[in-house]
Order: sequence, then structure tokens, then C-alpha cells
Amino acid sequence: MRRIIFIGMIAVIWEVTSRLSGLPEFMFPSLTHVLETLFNGLISGQITEAIAKSIGRILLGFTIAIIIGLILGYFIWRYKLVEDTLGFVVTALQSIPSIVWFPLAIIWFGLNDFSILFIVTIGATWTMTVNATSGFKNVPQLYQRVAKTYGSSGFHFLRTVILPASVPQIISGLRIAWAFSWRALMAGELLGGGGGLGQLLEMGRSLGQMDLVISVMIIIAVIGTIVDNVVFSRLERNVQVKWGIQR
Amino acid sequence: MYLTIDGVEKSFVNESKERVLVLDDINIDVEKGGFVSIVGPSGCGKSTLLYLIAGLDKVDKGEIRIAGNEVKKPGPDRVVVFQEAGLFPWLTVLENVTYGLKLKKMPKEQAKAKALEILKMVHLSRYVDAYPHQLSGGMKQRVAIARALVMEPDILLMDEPFSALDEQTRMVLHKELLEIWRKTKVTIFFVTHNIREAVLLSEQVIVFATRPGKIKETISIPSMKNGVMPDSVTLNTEQRILSILQEEIEKVLKEEMGDDYSFETNHIHRNDSGDMGSNI
Repeated sequence: MRRIIFIGMIAVIWEVTSRLSGLPEFMFPSLTHVLETLFNGLISGQITEAIAKSIGRILLGFTIAIIIGLILGYFIWRYKLVEDTLGFVVTALQSIPSIVWFPLAIIWFGLNDFSILFIVTIGATWTMTVNATSGFKNVPQLYQRVAKTYGSSGFHFLRTVILPASVPQIISGLRIAWAFSWRALMAGELLGGGGGLGQLLEMGRSLGQMDLVISVMIIIAVIGTIVDNVVFSRLERNVQVKWGIQR
Repeated sequence: MYLTIDGVEKSFVNESKERVLVLDDINIDVEKGGFVSIVGPSGCGKSTLLYLIAGLDKVDKGEIRIAGNEVKKPGPDRVVVFQEAGLFPWLTVLENVTYGLKLKKMPKEQAKAKALEILKMVHLSRYVDAYPHQLSGGMKQRVAIARALVMEPDILLMDEPFSALDEQTRMVLHKELLEIWRKTKVTIFFVTHNIREAVLLSEQVIVFATRPGKIKETISIPSMKNGVMPDSVTLNTEQRILSILQEEIEKVLKEEMGDDYSFETNHIHRNDSGDMGSNI
């Protein structure tokens, strides 16, 4: 309830300042104008298509990143040599903002979908790797011993003990990885084109349509919030309830 | 002999990179269906010995054999019940109990039926679908015991299984464990630091000396297989073990607190006969 009132207040202030500011409509559009554009965009399919395109990209990139992250995490956890070598490099790579890879990606793959996919993936991979590694490392010795005395080993051991035991850490890894790849996606689309919400932003800028730009920003915020609050928070809470972790 | 521990030696490397001998020339024979307890001060290597039997760790010298076969790696014929239950929090009670059975490739229905039967034996039928965090400490330990028993192991290895529980729960579980032991005829190898527990439960108590861990004395408990032992007998045995252990405890304390430390028992409260009025 408090949130709704607060958002309402922002809306009112926005509407009023925009009308009183004296700036031209295309620079500082009023809320009503933005909502109109947003609505029309959703109806005409311009914004909906862009959303679909962006979501499709991120799902693909994100999935690849998770798989690579888990596999790398496994090797870093399992072999000391890999930890000392690759583990160190991954920590360094993690500190590079993923958009920094874009110039390289353009040269390697050209200014196309694949380049965007590349930076989306790479934005999430390293975080996922780091989190998976620490998740695997923090599996209590007790669980491992128990499983081994029952004769578990190899892939079964990994599937029934190591993976489920590190689920809490993996979920928080997913959450951060998602945030990184979502940002990388927007930056990539903004620069790379090829459709999607980011490109719609760029289009709005070149056409001088700030109402469109702000509409897209709202969509970006909404999707980000939904994914974080609905998908990941719920996942996290489910695990906490099941495991009896109090917070 | 069924379980044979033959000249086993084990050492670890400590923080300052020195080799420390933990177990020195251990020889133990356990009969099939026996109940043997190991007592000793903390750090005497009793848990290490249990892990060696479980196959979780490797011996440096000597051999551990079960029914003539050398122990090389962990296996479902020797199941461990740890101090903390170690139930998987992501599985229900039933799934925890069937974990080992599924590994044995037992059909689902059969595994479930078997698990339910065992859970009934440990009085947990009502908690089949509960998650571990919903159970009390004693219930968790019961599940852990059920999970071990359902495998029908040849040897049940218990590593201070009741030491984290409160007194009442422990007493109840002692009784239940004895019932289970008599019913299933499983061989139990029990590690504890609680002398009373060892005397109460087992047929044979092995007292460990510490640093390095070796066998100081083996004491057979006179038992009346069917029922309760007179308190005086139990207490007497307890006192005997305590006096054997005293020297060891003193050794540990001296090492930890300096040489001038001396540990004396209070003879007023517990004299040898266990009878407070005998010296009046």
C-alpha cells in the first residue's frame, strides 16, 4: 500500500513538473504522454516484439552462462590445479564489465545477434562460476561422508549431494548473474541493434521521441523487478522454507 | 573373527607440518553380532579408527578386515551414524531413509515399504513426509539410525551418536538401540566419551590411551542378555574404567594447561563401591 502511494506521488510530481517546466514535449514528456506511447506500443506490437526479442536473447545467453558456470565451477572445485590457475583468472575476469567485451565481439563475430549473445553470456558466466565454486566448496563434509558411506560416488554423488546441497548459493548466483546479463543485454542492444528493447531506446533517441525512451525504461524496470521479486525471491524462499533456514 | 583390526597405524600432518601419530598398533577383534564400545579422552583417535573401518580414510599400516575381506573404500555393508544426524535437508524423512536403498537399485515400492517398516521401529511413522528441520534433535538421530538400519548393514558404526542430545532423549534412545540390536543382530561398533553409555550398552568396552591412541585395556561387561543389570555392577565397572582413564585425562590436561595441573577425583561423592554410606 505504501509503495502504491509513493509511486502515485512520483507520478503526480512528474506530471506537474513536466507541464510547468516549459521544456518542449519531446525532451521532457508528461506522464500521460508516456503512458499513451507505452500503451500504443504494446497494442501495435512495437514494444511487445522488442520485449519478446530481448527475453529470448537473455534466456538463451543466461542458460548457456549457467551451464558453463556450473561446469567451470565443478572443475575449479574438483581439481586444485584448475583452482590455482583458472580460478584466479575467473576472479579477474569477473571484475570486467561485460560491455567492455563488445568491441572485441564486434571484431570477432561482426555487429550482429551473436555479438550481443556473446556479451550477455560472458556477463553472467564468471559470476555464476564463482558462485557455483563457493557453493560446491561449502557443502558440509558431513553430507559428503554420509553419502559416501552409503556407496554414492561419481556422477550420482554430484547429482544427489553436491548439487542439491549448494542450491542456496547457486540461487543467489543466478540472481546476480541475471542482473549482470540483463544489463549487458541492454547495453549490447543499444549499441548493436538487431531489435530488442535496447534498440528501441536507440531508435527513440534518434527520432527525438523521449516518450518512447521512457516507455522502454519503464518496461525494463518492470521486467527486472518481476524477475527478481517473483522468480528469484520465490525460489529462494521456497528453499529456505524447505530447509528450515530462518532469516 | 568377524571384524578384525590388525596392527593398524595412522598419522596425520598437523599445522606445523609435523607428522603426528594418531593410532598406534591397534588390534581389535569383534565377533559377529557383538557390541563393542571405544571410550577415551578427546583426541585419542577413536573417531579416526571408526572412519578407517568405514573406509572414509585409509590406514597407513596394518589391515582392517571384515569377514576376511580387506576394507578399501566406503560401502553400504558398514554404515556410519554420525554425531550430528547429517540428514539431507532437501529430502523428506522417507527420502532420506530410502537414499541408500535407491543406490542399491532397489525398486521404489519395495524401498518405500522397507523404509516405512524401519521408521515404525524407531517410532517415526507420523513424520514420514516431514523435512529434517521440522524434527527435534532426538528425532533426527532416530531417522539417521533408521537410514542406517534400512541398509541391513553387517556393521553399524556409531560415532558419538547421542552426545548432542539431552539426557532424557539419550536414555530413551539407549533403550531403543538395545532393542534394535537384539532384534536385528547387527554388529555395533560404538565410539563415545561417555563411560556410562559404553557400560550400559555394550558387551565389551575398549579403553583408549591418547597421543598416540592405543588400546589401554579391554573390559568385558558382565551382561545378563535378557535384562537389566544391577546398578552396583554397572557403577563398579564405570568406576574401574574411570580410574583407568584418569591417567589419560590428566595427561591431556597437563599438555593443554601446563605441567603443574593435577586432576583429582572427589572421593566423597563417588567412592569405589558406589555406595555412599559404606565408610561410615
